[in-house]
Amino acid sequence: MLAAFPQAQPLEGFIGGIMIGLAAALMLLGAGRIAGVSGLTARATGLSDSGPSRFTAALFVLGLIAGAIVVGAVSTIEATFPPSLWWLVAGGIAVGFGTRLGSGCTSGHGVCGMSRLSRRSIVATLTFIASGVATVAIVNAAGGGW
Amino acid sequence: MRTSIVSLVSGTLFGAGLAISGMMNPARVRGFLDFFGSWDPTLAFVMGGAVIIMAVAWAIQSRMRAPVCEDAFALPGTTRLDGRLIGGAVLFGIGWGLSGLCPGPAISSLAVNPLPALVFVTAMLAGMAIFRMTESRGQG
Repeated sequence: MLAAFPQAQPLEGFIGGIMIGLAAALMLLGAGRIAGVSGLTARATGLSDSGPSRFTAALFVLGLIAGAIVVGAVSTIEATFPPSLWWLVAGGIAVGFGTRLGSGCTSGHGVCGMSRLSRRSIVATLTFIASGVATVAIVNAAGGGW
Repeated sequence: MRTSIVSLVSGTLFGAGLAISGMMNPARVRGFLDFFGSWDPTLAFVMGGAVIIMAVAWAIQSRMRAPVCEDAFALPGTTRLDGRLIGGAVLFGIGWGLSGLCPGPAISSLAVNPLPALVFVTAMLAGMAIFRMTESRGQG
């Protein structure tokens, strides 16, 4: 669909993005809260004291799994994971610590904050994208691409 | 009660959106970050679609006194740019680039790729727990 980027799926991406936007809009206008996955996950697991009730946060987290089960039941969800589990361990620790320190991830800062034109969220999003781009470039240069 | 239902429906719609968008594929997310290699712009379309909807939602929110199911909005009010925000985002980006996973897709992946997803989510919760320990030490 995009000639220069044959592997891209812009239509599926845009439709999925609209669904994510509607989900975040429902959370905002219905519950009065940011649909930030890192914050809600920390709240659900007792690793944060701020946010909605733990029960409410846990239902959001369970919903993330349920939504993927529903789509997975009617179509194939393609996924290629890193070649070594250690990449997941190192990446997971950095994502967990970093999102708490920086008060948000792709959903809270990237979707909810940027659309609110929050200065903090715009800076955070540009920073974690730049950091991710640099990380992938360094890994590739070191011959660790996958 | 109504807030809980909103939260469950929101999470489910969010998870379905992640699955349809291709963002549950770590290789595709990594492709977005591979800007100097074989760049895959799909993530930009996902974020674009979500941000357009949320921009409308914020416009509606500004005219509401309270959310539908609660007495008041509970939204972040901080505007200060500080080292924690930047440092946290840098660290998150490193982990995101290494694994191709951020918190939402990682949790949704528990449904379809339980082993690698569980390894990542367990490590992520450990990272959050380490943060909480350093926080409480700083305050004590």
